[in-house]
Amino acid sequence: MEDTVFGHLHYWLSAALLLIGLHGMLVNPNLVKKLMAMNILQVAVITFFISIAAKSGAAPPIAVDGDGTLTSLSYVNPLPHALMLTAIVVSVSTTGVALALLIRIYRRYGTLNEGELLEKLRE
Amino acid sequence: MISHLPVLIVVIPLAAAIVAPLLARLSPRWSHTLTIGALIGTHICSLVALSRVLTTGTWHYKMGGWSPPWGIEYVIDPLGGGMAVIVSFFAAVVSVYAGPHLGRTRSGRIAIYDSLFLLLTAGLLGIVVTGDLFNLYVFLEISSLSAYALLSDGGSRALVAAFRYLLVGTIAGSFYLLGIGYLYALTGALTMSEVHLALESVAVPSRALAMGVALVVVGLGIKAALFPLHGWLPDVYTHAPPQVIGFVSAVMTKVSAYALFRILYFVVGGTSVANRALEILGWAAVLAMLAGSAMALQQRDIRRMLAYSSVGQMGYIFLGFSLANPMAMIGALLHLVNHAVIKACLFLVVGGILWRTKVSKISGFAGMGKRMPLSMAAFSVAALSVVGLPPMGGFFSKWYLLLGAMEEGAWMFVTALVLSSLLTAGYLFRVIEIAYFGQLTAPDEHTEPKNVSMEIPGAMLGPILILAAGVVLLGVFNQYVVVNFIQSAIPVL
Repeated sequence: MEDTVFGHLHYWLSAALLLIGLHGMLVNPNLVKKLMAMNILQVAVITFFISIAAKSGAAPPIAVDGDGTLTSLSYVNPLPHALMLTAIVVSVSTTGVALALLIRIYRRYGTLNEGELLEKLRE
Repeated sequence: MISHLPVLIVVIPLAAAIVAPLLARLSPRWSHTLTIGALIGTHICSLVALSRVLTTGTWHYKMGGWSPPWGIEYVIDPLGGGMAVIVSFFAAVVSVYAGPHLGRTRSGRIAIYDSLFLLLTAGLLGIVVTGDLFNLYVFLEISSLSAYALLSDGGSRALVAAFRYLLVGTIAGSFYLLGIGYLYALTGALTMSEVHLALESVAVPSRALAMGVALVVVGLGIKAALFPLHGWLPDVYTHAPPQVIGFVSAVMTKVSAYALFRILYFVVGGTSVANRALEILGWAAVLAMLAGSAMALQQRDIRRMLAYSSVGQMGYIFLGFSLANPMAMIGALLHLVNHAVIKACLFLVVGGILWRTKVSKISGFAGMGKRMPLSMAAFSVAALSVVGLPPMGGFFSKWYLLLGAMEEGAWMFVTALVLSSLLTAGYLFRVIEIAYFGQLTAPDEHTEPKNVSMEIPGAMLGPILILAAGVVLLGVFNQYVVVNFIQSAIPVL
């Protein structure tokens, strides 16, 4: 019990973020809040990747003139961090496109509430 | 030069996407010419790459000279190379077709359109040539982002549809990325071939593997609009600008389907999880075929009808892949090619009619057979092919699928195939009937002089006729296509 909950606390946290994000996107009637929930969902994935790379007692992966004792246990895996830099860029650009769309939707319909929007679309 | 061909397939459209807006400052016309030129060049590169792959075997290209796991590897095998040829072909054809449409927009927007279209093409081509799971994610997002922007440019309803697509598409992308995270945590690799090797030593059954595969399947299933994950598609297809939708409907969902099956066969292939996923996809495919065709039957707007038809036809492709015997797999790939040609042709004709007459309701098609004879002829040829009448291409792909399903003894699938074809005949013959035998209801004297041909200009008609010819040729020469290309592309089971 202790191991499945506290030993994997970071996984539970990213799972919780993922669900919060999904829930927000499904339930919130406001499109901006949906977008914010989408960002939470993306952050959940990012924290998941970062936490796979984590190791206790390990240093940043910078080559120091060697005493020759460098093993994979002594430095943190840098690859997930690099991957997540790309994922953050993707997330930022998605948010940018989404905000641009929202501005145009608001100018055209005068609302960002999903219910009101659907009513106007039906007309 | 020739040794860098795999990367050129992606780099040419990517570079052109940057150059096009700059060139447009000098002249908008040049930017569109550059777009067409770049896409034709990309198509030639893909053809050369495919022909080399077919003679000398799979082509591994190490990006920047770094071999995996440090670098990113591009892998062109007959399957990926074939997909690249298909994607670049439709990109080139549709960019020619887009000319008259763009003539009606402000000149400043032409460059933006061209640039986004090139980015979309670069993203889709990247997905089919990459051998790296994370690189695939990046290309998936490049193509999706440019698609959101392109598809939102079809009036105010398109904005809402594109925003919803963006939300759903991002959920899909995040699920895919999370699934890759599970695979990476399990195997420590992101290169497809290395993940495949490392998975052989993973203890079975692994719950992490099951979770990872499930996330990838759902993520790419959404992007491929597999029923019941197709919710975003009808609105997007209905309101999208006509010149974009011809391309998007032809290849975008299929590239995602390709990515899904590349992963299920070449990355996690052989594991019990992958087999289970294929089984579930098979049933989803059956539902897609029936529900997609049934919903198409109820639509009044022709673009919406074709959108639901796409949902149904994706079911055929998924069904063939999930049956996992050579006959069904040939059927799936042949149907992938056929449906791309058919759906592009149908949407281009509908876009042309919309461009000329502003008609998109099926009832408005009355008399179209006389007013736009060539376009409607092309439409009819493509429609007959979806329904599956010989000698059109659609008949042969369905035939292979049917043989594959029978070989498996999957009679439910056989029934669904036949039933769905009947429904397809129902909704497409209705359009043809209205177009050729429907009564013209009170033609507007001012805009539609009786004796002037309503036919669309050559830049639009040319691509349509090429595609219509392709529909027939794919049927007549299906044997040639299957023996020379498809049989070497299906995974060895």
